[in-house]
Amino acid sequence: MKIFAASALLICGAYLIQAFMPAQQQYDVKAAMARGKKVYDKICIVCHQPDGSGVPRMNPPLIKTKITLGPKQKLVQILVKGFNEEVEINGEYYSNPMPAQPQLTNQEIADVLTYVRRSFGNKASYVTVAEVKAIRAKLK
Amino acid sequence: MSKLFSSFILIIASAFSACAGDPVNTAPGDIKLPAGFKAIVVADKLGNARHIVVNSNGDVYVKLERLKDGKGIIRLRDTNGDGVADEKFAFGNFGGTGIAIKNGYLYASSDDNVYRYKFNDKNEIENPDKPEIIITGLVNKRQHSSKSIALDNNGFIYVNIGAPSNSCQEADRTAGSKGQMPCPILETAGGIWQFRADKLNQSYAEGVRYATGLRNVVGLDWNTSVNELFVMQHGRDQLSQLYPDNYSNEQNAEVPAEEFFIVKKGMDFGWPYCYYDPIQKKKLLAPEYGGDGKTEGLCGTKEKPLYAFPAHWAPNALLFYTGNQFAAKYKNGAFIAFHGSWNRAPLEQAGFNVVFLPMKDGKPAGDYEIFADNFVGGKENLSPSKAKHRPCGLAMGTDGSMYISDDQGGTVWKIIYTGEK
Repeated sequence: MKIFAASALLICGAYLIQAFMPAQQQYDVKAAMARGKKVYDKICIVCHQPDGSGVPRMNPPLIKTKITLGPKQKLVQILVKGFNEEVEINGEYYSNPMPAQPQLTNQEIADVLTYVRRSFGNKASYVTVAEVKAIRAKLK
Repeated sequence: MSKLFSSFILIIASAFSACAGDPVNTAPGDIKLPAGFKAIVVADKLGNARHIVVNSNGDVYVKLERLKDGKGIIRLRDTNGDGVADEKFAFGNFGGTGIAIKNGYLYASSDDNVYRYKFNDKNEIENPDKPEIIITGLVNKRQHSSKSIALDNNGFIYVNIGAPSNSCQEADRTAGSKGQMPCPILETAGGIWQFRADKLNQSYAEGVRYATGLRNVVGLDWNTSVNELFVMQHGRDQLSQLYPDNYSNEQNAEVPAEEFFIVKKGMDFGWPYCYYDPIQKKKLLAPEYGGDGKTEGLCGTKEKPLYAFPAHWAPNALLFYTGNQFAAKYKNGAFIAFHGSWNRAPLEQAGFNVVFLPMKDGKPAGDYEIFADNFVGGKENLSPSKAKHRPCGLAMGTDGSMYISDDQGGTVWKIIYTGEK
């Protein structure tokens, strides 16, 4: 009984700590953004443009689109596997293929997705290395 | 009191000078033109106005890339002669780019097919809901899918079939991916195909691959003064992004020229194996095929451009001016509408203008000059989506005026010359 109460307390405590220390605070978003910008400027900037606005009917914008702000699973998949489908994005269709970037590390993917999801007026949640790792493992 | 009175006079006077002196409507865009030329806004907010053509009665036909209210072609009619369209009629259930008029027919293309509509003796489209299909089943893999068209005087129609690829890599636009040798895309795309202009339901089996090795052509025109086809090729993208060891961002922005070609049957212009370097004045081997920015390799035998324009400007229309309204120097010269770049990033974008290249006997006779400018509508030019207008189509009116279309703001301008000749 005593043991049960103690372990319950432990579990509760762990829960409380997690609740009061959301992942946001454990993660240095500012540093991730700076690293992510470097990846963006090297790989993404030409097609998606410095302001994330893309090229009309050619390369999709990254500003407040469903995909950019949406599930991280889809974003990691697009980066790792590429994307070349007829898909509507904010009422328009885009012609150019997104080349796969399998050479990127989990860290680079987490950083660049964090940068994109929190730049150009976007305010979506950041992406962690652990999340990328888990999603990527299922992609293979 | 006198102060109030004089400012009142000033307002009246300035309002008068704005309205009375000049009947020309230049409201959206305020594009810049050489002295003596004026722009009239024929229509505005039409949608993605791609190529345009003017009928013998002055009607302007505009091809839309995307359907607007379910229609893909708009006829603009000016009934009172002020240049501004006061009647609009929309028809056609397909989006696309190409449009032309020949021998009593309006030809228009989707990204898969070419259609034609017959004009009746009153110059009206006889059956706007039932065009004939002239050509069908062309390669359309979204990238470079627009099918521009031009007709000669011998019953043939020429169709650009753009390569759905940047440089025929095994994995398109992917760092480290090799170029395919030979490039299989060239069998059904990456060139100009010739078909009969009056035969229905033609496809590859009925057509002729007239010329090959053209990555993507959007602007093309039949030059009646020398009776040959001329095209503007969109040069390759991403030299520095895919091959940072061999090319700087500056080289990517300036080197792979937009090439102006005369196209004769059987010619090979070198894509995907070669690109043109306007600084070394050579066709060089593409890095996907082992090139390093210096090696010519197999490119020595490929056709060279008549003229090389700055890289990535995106030439979307070519028009040989055959009218008499403009000054004599423009006669038989080439106007080219540049859609404006995106691949110069991270450096500043460029293009977004209409240039004039003087021509004599089918050859350039001097350097190009910028004819129409300020389509972007501001100094900041960081990305193409921010441009107010992107020039895309050119056509000549029966009176020798020139029309410019814009697929961003959906504006069509009529350019007239009112100066001395």
